[in-house]
Amino acid sequence: MSELILRLNSRAKSTVLSIQEYFTLAWNALRFIFARPFYTQDVIQQMDEIGVKSLGIVLLTGLFTGMVLALQSSIQLQTFGATMYIGRLVAGSMIRELGPVLAGLMVAGRVGSGIAAQLGSMKVTEQIDALNTLGTDPIKKLVTPRVIAALVMLPVLTIINDMVGIIGGNLIATLMLGLPTSLYWRTVWEQIIAGGFVFGVIPNDFVQGLLKPLVFGGIIAITACFFGLRTTGGTEGVGEATTRAVVTASILILVSDYFLTQILLSVLHMP
Amino acid sequence: MDERATGQVREAIRRELETDARPRSEAPAPGKGVPVIELQNVSLAFDEPILEDISFKAFEGETIVIVGESGTGKSTALKLMLRLLIPQQGRVLVDGEDITDLSFEDALEVRQKMGMVFQGAALFDSLTVLENVAYPLREHTNLSDEEIERRVSEKLEFVDLEPDEVLDKLPSELSGGMRKRVGIARGMANDPEIMLYDEPTSGLDPLTTGTITRLIMKLQRELKVTSIVVSHDIRSSFRMATRVALLNERRIVFLGSPEEMAVSDDPYIQDFLGGL
Repeated sequence: MSELILRLNSRAKSTVLSIQEYFTLAWNALRFIFARPFYTQDVIQQMDEIGVKSLGIVLLTGLFTGMVLALQSSIQLQTFGATMYIGRLVAGSMIRELGPVLAGLMVAGRVGSGIAAQLGSMKVTEQIDALNTLGTDPIKKLVTPRVIAALVMLPVLTIINDMVGIIGGNLIATLMLGLPTSLYWRTVWEQIIAGGFVFGVIPNDFVQGLLKPLVFGGIIAITACFFGLRTTGGTEGVGEATTRAVVTASILILVSDYFLTQILLSVLHMP
Repeated sequence: MDERATGQVREAIRRELETDARPRSEAPAPGKGVPVIELQNVSLAFDEPILEDISFKAFEGETIVIVGESGTGKSTALKLMLRLLIPQQGRVLVDGEDITDLSFEDALEVRQKMGMVFQGAALFDSLTVLENVAYPLREHTNLSDEEIERRVSEKLEFVDLEPDEVLDKLPSELSGGMRKRVGIARGMANDPEIMLYDEPTSGLDPLTTGTITRLIMKLQRELKVTSIVVSHDIRSSFRMATRVALLNERRIVFLGSPEEMAVSDDPYIQDFLGGL
């Protein structure tokens, strides 16, 4: 019995320690955004890696999500004879929820695994030690550029995802349900203005839809770097780090999405 | 080990020491001046103790080879000198400066006095040979691209590599021995006063082992750098060492010249030398 308690105790301690290390890494990575030296070259390279190269999967997920949304909701809306509002439904779901979350999950899978595997193999082949030895802070050189790139590129990818999704809805609405394109886009616009505005100009839906990917971007980059940098145990360890990075980042995205929505709804819809 | 085998081993070592006509690393009289690297009663433990009460001094121009069985904490000792690890007890001094309690940023500064050659070379695999060797220069100097390339070529020539052939290659396109040499070139790129080598000859064929050993001796002879070498290859160790430190069970059990080690009566040393 006491052995069980001891084991639980040491397990709890190591968990708390890991969480502390995670937040220390996050703090350092963000702090170094404003500290010299700046690795501009690395930031640009990572933007290409995280942003441009994820474009394909984001376009595909966006298009098909928009299409299936239109298809499913058309059945529901037909019951009430409200098929013409299909644009509202697609736009609302894409911009507020599905755009950010799906872009986040796809990028977590593609980029998170890549980052964790790369940093993990650098760790096990002593390249991280080599950086340290050559007088470079690995967090500044490796983590910060990836965090900056993810913070910038994920909102961009989300906008593209939203746009393609709404266009996908348009395709279904026009081709299968016979709804005129102009009507579809009018209802899309109605949905956007219906949510209200921040400072009278920025639609609330846009604030919600762009703050989320910003947070998700940070979560993906920091989680992947965290697991990559603590890789041990050779190539097997690299595989394990990769899996953990993707799983943890995906779960964190879904959990933080709920809380972000809760907070944003209460802040943005204050009387 | 029986009497005859011990005799044979000693004879082989004596021959190794005598027949090597090339100038051996000249032992600078230890005890002069401030030690370049000093470990004072250093102890380190993770889950279990790794090093206990380790003390030694390395003086300018010396080559100290740390030998010992696998898993006795030899590489860990190097990481302590680089302050990649911090000892739980004891102090580590570089050029008389205590580096034990330095902040992370200050430690990055101190490390620039040292060049490290990793066991697997640890070259950055996304960078070419040129970019790898140029890395410390790009990071810490404002030299022009031409000047950097000139220096990189100079270092590559020093390690017997043809710059034109290797400059634009990626580490994955090089053989093991070449990677090691590029690793040495990168370690010495910004002319450090101390070179640290982690198993520089492990996994190499006998000929390449000889080349790398001669290279380390050349660095010591021509550039007067202080070298700490971690190795389990006794033959090459004896050739390049001015002093040998033998680690056993987390402690230094012997520290002296190769000649002293060869004639030692200590049963563990005899076993270690005989077990080759």
